[in-house]
Amino acid sequence: MRKPIYLDYSATTPVDPRVAQVMCRYLTMEGDFGNPASRSHAFGWEAEKAVERARADVAALIHADPKEIVWTSGATESDNLALKGVARFYQNKGRHIVTVKTEHKAILDTTRQLEREGFEVTYLDPEPDGLLDLDKLTAALRKDTILVSVMHVNNEIGVIQDLAAIGRIVKPRGIIFHTDAAQSAGKIPIDVNALGVDLLSLSAHKVYGPKGIGALYVRRKPRVRLEAQMHGGGHERGMRSGTLATHQIVGMGEAFRLAHEEMDAEAARLKTLRERLLEGLSDIEEVYVNGDLERRIPGNLNISFNFVEGESLIMALKELAVSSGSACTSASLEPSYVLRALGRNDELAHSSIRFTMGRFTTEEDVEYTIRLLHEKIGRLRELSPLWEMYKDGVDLNSVQWAAH
Amino acid sequence: MAYGSKVLDHYENPRNVGSFDKADPSIGTGMVGAPACGDVMKLQIRVNDDGVIEEARFKTYGCGSAIASSSLLTEWVKGKTLEQAGQIKNTDIAEELALPPVKIHCSVLAEDAIKAAIADYRKKAGKDESVDAA
Repeated sequence: MRKPIYLDYSATTPVDPRVAQVMCRYLTMEGDFGNPASRSHAFGWEAEKAVERARADVAALIHADPKEIVWTSGATESDNLALKGVARFYQNKGRHIVTVKTEHKAILDTTRQLEREGFEVTYLDPEPDGLLDLDKLTAALRKDTILVSVMHVNNEIGVIQDLAAIGRIVKPRGIIFHTDAAQSAGKIPIDVNALGVDLLSLSAHKVYGPKGIGALYVRRKPRVRLEAQMHGGGHERGMRSGTLATHQIVGMGEAFRLAHEEMDAEAARLKTLRERLLEGLSDIEEVYVNGDLERRIPGNLNISFNFVEGESLIMALKELAVSSGSACTSASLEPSYVLRALGRNDELAHSSIRFTMGRFTTEEDVEYTIRLLHEKIGRLRELSPLWEMYKDGVDLNSVQWAAH
Repeated sequence: MAYGSKVLDHYENPRNVGSFDKADPSIGTGMVGAPACGDVMKLQIRVNDDGVIEEARFKTYGCGSAIASSSLLTEWVKGKTLEQAGQIKNTDIAEELALPPVKIHCSVLAEDAIKAAIADYRKKAGKDESVDAA
């Protein structure tokens, strides 16, 4: 069977062959397999050298000092370390945290845990375009606020928050500013100083690196303190113990180095593909783009095809690997909480499809996708009683539905 | 969601898609579900003078199992009396399509749809449902 066209790069990316090649050199007896913490022999020294080179490559992409990079198992762990680490270290200073309703579950589930531990959390509503209203943020800040966490780029709708502006509000108040940059790293420029962030979560597998490795940027000037969540040999300056996974780290370093090098050209190429995809779909009736279209990473297009349910559309698009905000594609039977937070009605949330393009997406893939969507949307609308009612001029909001 | 072959078959080749004229006295229409919940089923039956369902049509907005459940239902009710059709249970549909537990509600919706269509027909024909049910 021919594999479907992969349009789910925000879920994960394939490891770039150039990255895989480098990683292989750090596994076997012939390679540099040593424990980077071994100080007594060349095996350890070589591994340590590789780890530090990777640290410098990761730091370079976000304009940080290599000493500010802490290796973790991925962005989820980075988010946990940042939020729990700050909350528990600074809890005597205050116990209030501010975040946004459209954050990734790695943030929202962590703040829920902190609430159980007695912290108070404010969850801000984004505007209908997915962006944060800075006045609402300012209004939410209190004397006992110790941490603000706002993601750089949203994983579902791809919108880019104005972190620099948020930093300018948060910083003078002495509040620590964290951002989850899993979806922005390698896609748009990041400068931790220009953005004013103190903590920044990174993941390798969204940037053509391997799964299972990530990093947390921890600002040194002024120094941000964290209570470690993982205790042991005191690796990573005591912030995250555990033997460093050299091959994973080297993979992340190489992936970030390549992303840095190729970012501008790749961003332009993806933007052209995105524009073509949207243009190709624009003659379909009742299509809505979710989230701001301008302030968005180049490879993301999240659209709702009204009167067509997302899961059935995904079934119809089996030649494509895409994801949906539909309830039926989740175990919870709830439609996307991100789209709901934008104020999108449930119907449009159920009808949403996320296309995320990346390094290996071609023009042919996009043209094929456009053709396929025309065909399948038409077929599913012929099946849809809502489409029939819409065509008959019935206002669906005036109908008394028997909710179940 | 990985579906069984029967769901996929009904989804790929849905049976009896379409609409009848709602105003026709021989037609019973059942519309159940809500867009906000992610599924809406419209089931219509054409009933002859002997109270036998001659034809059925459906349109469904919903996931693959919802489409398959309603498609299967249109096949099952054809040739049945209203009484027989009213006895179709959601568990029969779920079993026939091998629906996963998370999709059982789709079969419930299909059962609701045929009940609603029968009730609509009886109401239009001026028959009280309770009399028939007795």
